[in-house]
Amino acid sequence: MGSLIARSDVAVGTELPTQSFTVTRGDLVRYAGASGDFNVIHWNERVAISVGLPNVIAHGMLTMALGGRVVTDWIGDPGALVSYSVRFTRPVVVPDDDAGATVEVSGKVSAMHDDGTATVTLTARFEGSTVLGKAQAVVRLS
Amino acid sequence: MALNPEFEGRVYPPSSSYVVGREKVREFASGIGDLNPVFHDVEAARALGYLDVVAPPTFAVIISMRASGAVVRDPELGLDYSRVVHGEQRFEYARPIVAGDELVVTTTIESIRTAAGNDMIMTRGDIATVDGEHVVTTRALLVSRGPEGE
Repeated sequence: MGSLIARSDVAVGTELPTQSFTVTRGDLVRYAGASGDFNVIHWNERVAISVGLPNVIAHGMLTMALGGRVVTDWIGDPGALVSYSVRFTRPVVVPDDDAGATVEVSGKVSAMHDDGTATVTLTARFEGSTVLGKAQAVVRLS
Repeated sequence: MALNPEFEGRVYPPSSSYVVGREKVREFASGIGDLNPVFHDVEAARALGYLDVVAPPTFAVIISMRASGAVVRDPELGLDYSRVVHGEQRFEYARPIVAGDELVVTTTIESIRTAAGNDMIMTRGDIATVDGEHVVTTRALLVSRGPEGE
């Protein structure tokens, strides 16, 4: 089990294909059910606003999953993922409409390591601001 | 409200086991909108050398949160869960979780601190098979926003 990406094809600065994701209220309901995270702020506007949020917000773990997808789509084999970490810096606010919120995730190789792994730094943007901080994945190259 | 510092370093015995179901893996992958065949199709997973469908990388949080939920809600700890936000999440993988795995979690409270009026607690979940094979370690930083932090 290993990456489908060869070490010889990667260098610091190599970019992963950028992906754009749409997140609607329906997607939040689906994620809540699939993950078991039924925190009310992810589906109830009244409660979200009452605790000081602008509106219903996406699960941070859903945003992290979208970032993970950019990495696993690139490396091909999920078993090539060594570690993955993020900070949740800003919420993704999801409006009650059919368009939803748009999260764009890009990634770039930021370090190559002697043990055949590489660090990928991810950038997730929503409405022009980054929503994840220090989003990094270490992947094993073949 | 200050957290009880005596909880730092506490280790909780392994949870009851979690059996990873093939349909749960598929449901979770669909829940994040990921149609990658390795998460859905047994043959695609086997082609990569796995016994069954592979769980997406963040699937581990389902298992770690089940185990840590009771710990962080212990009234003796003093965490105001209604004010908690998820500050950070990390995963370190020995291998991916695969359908059919029977997993247990050992939860540790790694650190407790207060900064700028916010209480912060770092929990670690060591996820292993019932046979003792380490699969993934998760870390979650939970931040309880203090009133003055708003």
